[in-house]
Amino acid sequence: MDILYSALIILVTIVLAIPLGRYISKVFKGEKTFLDFLAPLEKFIFRVSGIDPNAEMDWKQNLRALLTINLVWFIWIMFVLLTQTWHPFWNPDNVLSMEPTQAFNTAVSFVTNTNLQHYSGETGASYLTQLLALVFLQFVSAGTGIAALALLFRGLANKSSKNLGNFYYHLVRACTRILMPLAIVLSIILLMNQTPMTFKGAETIVTLQGDTVNVARGPVAAMVAIKQLGTNGGGFFGPNSTHPFENPNGITNAAETSAIILIPIAMVFALGYFLNRKKLAWMIMAVMTAGYLMLLIPTIVQETGGNPMITQMGITQPQGSMEGKEARFGPVLSALWSISTTVTSNGSVNSMHDSFTALSGAFQMMGMQLNAFYGGVGVGFINMFIFMIIAVFISGLMVGRTPEFLGKKIEIREVKIAVLVALLHPLLILGGTALASHTWMIAENPGETLKWLNNPGFHGFSEMLYEFTSSAANNGSGFEGLGDNTPFWNISTGLVMLLSRYIPIIGPIMIAGFLSSKKFIPESSGTLKLDSPMFGIMLFAVIMIVGALLFIPALVLGPVSEYLTIVR
Amino acid sequence: MIKNLKNSVILTVILIALFGVIYPLIIYTIGFAFPSGSVGSPIVKQENIIGFENIGQSFTDDKYFWGRPSAVGYNAASTGGSNKGPSNPDYLAEVQARIDTFLVHNPGVKKEQIPSDLVTAPGSGIDPNISPESAYIQVKRVAASRNLSESAVKELVSTSVENTVLGMPVINVLKLNLKLDELK
Repeated sequence: MDILYSALIILVTIVLAIPLGRYISKVFKGEKTFLDFLAPLEKFIFRVSGIDPNAEMDWKQNLRALLTINLVWFIWIMFVLLTQTWHPFWNPDNVLSMEPTQAFNTAVSFVTNTNLQHYSGETGASYLTQLLALVFLQFVSAGTGIAALALLFRGLANKSSKNLGNFYYHLVRACTRILMPLAIVLSIILLMNQTPMTFKGAETIVTLQGDTVNVARGPVAAMVAIKQLGTNGGGFFGPNSTHPFENPNGITNAAETSAIILIPIAMVFALGYFLNRKKLAWMIMAVMTAGYLMLLIPTIVQETGGNPMITQMGITQPQGSMEGKEARFGPVLSALWSISTTVTSNGSVNSMHDSFTALSGAFQMMGMQLNAFYGGVGVGFINMFIFMIIAVFISGLMVGRTPEFLGKKIEIREVKIAVLVALLHPLLILGGTALASHTWMIAENPGETLKWLNNPGFHGFSEMLYEFTSSAANNGSGFEGLGDNTPFWNISTGLVMLLSRYIPIIGPIMIAGFLSSKKFIPESSGTLKLDSPMFGIMLFAVIMIVGALLFIPALVLGPVSEYLTIVR
Repeated sequence: MIKNLKNSVILTVILIALFGVIYPLIIYTIGFAFPSGSVGSPIVKQENIIGFENIGQSFTDDKYFWGRPSAVGYNAASTGGSNKGPSNPDYLAEVQARIDTFLVHNPGVKKEQIPSDLVTAPGSGIDPNISPESAYIQVKRVAASRNLSESAVKELVSTSVENTVLGMPVINVLKLNLKLDELK
């Protein structure tokens, strides 16, 4: 039954993503849509802030705008986090200010759309922080990714022009026209199913058995909606959407799961409508979906099979592996969410990834390491774009022709940038993990002094690998057993998040800027057909070779070794 | 550059107002249409809130149905899972201890009959639910300690199964125990 639910959730999401993609393409182009009544609001925003939304800008001006405003947001959230003690209102539970390295990590994490969360929502963030800093950034960091993609689309569509459009225009409209309407719809679905939305503080109750318990709550629904839609993933409470207030039942679970992949999938169709190349969109969609299912299906199989170590104790486990999972979701819906959230750089969870069976952990990490099967809002497709450039280049070499991408010559400069961006990801993940492992190994009695690892052996290594993978993918989920609120982890993962957010935006926008101003070459019989199944296979192969191979040794040291010791 | 910065600051202020204040207040206002759910669905008894429908409580007494184990002791102000890996020896010892405890309190139950959700901790630490099998297996103990007939308790359990749309069939432990207290 739950397999059927999963298939239904995926299918319905794809069906919804097609019209949404068409709508997004219209928003990018500035065409008429049914939400045009918002135009006066946007006009007001631009007038007050002194921005001409119609001014054409080249790639440099756009990137400068993007980075500047991101810096302003970073300063704002740092300020909010470091002054929690003095928040004048919306802090009924008297949450205290964050420690500086934790504030740094949290600030970077939310500005970069990662939402790694080295704090716990109910004790570490005031309601004011949750709304004015975190929810705000969940909108605009997602908006930044979408706006970057809009610039990229424009660069691909241009016949020969320097102009990529206007970053501010796309940023504001991505938030008002795409994210906010969807967030309101999702919030209503959540409210209808008992998700709280209150400014009342925690309630002290005496339970049926006579225990006194504090029950944390708050303005949950608004945050859950946008964290699911904007591939943010930062929940209101520590355990995210496992918490019954964030995700009370099957309906909210289906809606939240669908919201994770909805916009990322819609972006692919938006490309099809924007460039009027629908066949290409379906080809990319097929590659992404193949990768998604390649990770999803074995994860479902592993989780329904249960934990072999518990089977050995004589427990039969027809329910599957249940550690870290909620009774109302079970193993299949938890597996579906865990793969959806890792392939898209969302990072919300409805079950604890640390407690999944060994191989499932490897699949979750691969989703983030490849980072292009749907991917984050906007940036997911940008990652795919990098792989496409490399695939086109390699194909060109194979047939001995100057490679072309959508009518533009791909030359050394573009390929260099693409390869650098593609290699940054493994460098940060493997380098970071190596650094952490080394620090652990040289420490005297690390279990007492460093105290990071919640699990011994191979699984402990997986916890560190996962943390850097999640940071570099701007994902934000974790093997949460890792005691990550220490200066080492706060600073190292903070830096990784920064680099792996901005370089993969800067590089592709540069490429788009270069391609955009090149002369358009009409297709000839010798042109590589990007929308052919042949190129689809090529693209998939490039993703696996460039993306996956580099990570396999690390995965063997972690989850695969753990698996082998369990099955014996 | 300076102009860029100034524009960015003003735009940021407006967007904070829009998405950090106005958007949440819109959702908050819509929440008034769901007066109970929007404050967490409290269960009120004699003017006291004794629990929330979706927040699990700790039950250890033989006369109540037990919920799932919790890594945080059902502390609803600091929730979370165990985050133990599948091969962690400490964790496996903990599961073994839960199995042993359950067998002591439920004589007659065989080890292989114990549903796995009764010996594993959920991610939230406050899972309000158990699987129907996990309730049925406790019927004998609950009935015996309350001097009720097994069939009456079993009947109560079967009427408490919630077949939720798009989720697994579950039983809300708190609601079931409340009904049990009324049964007498």
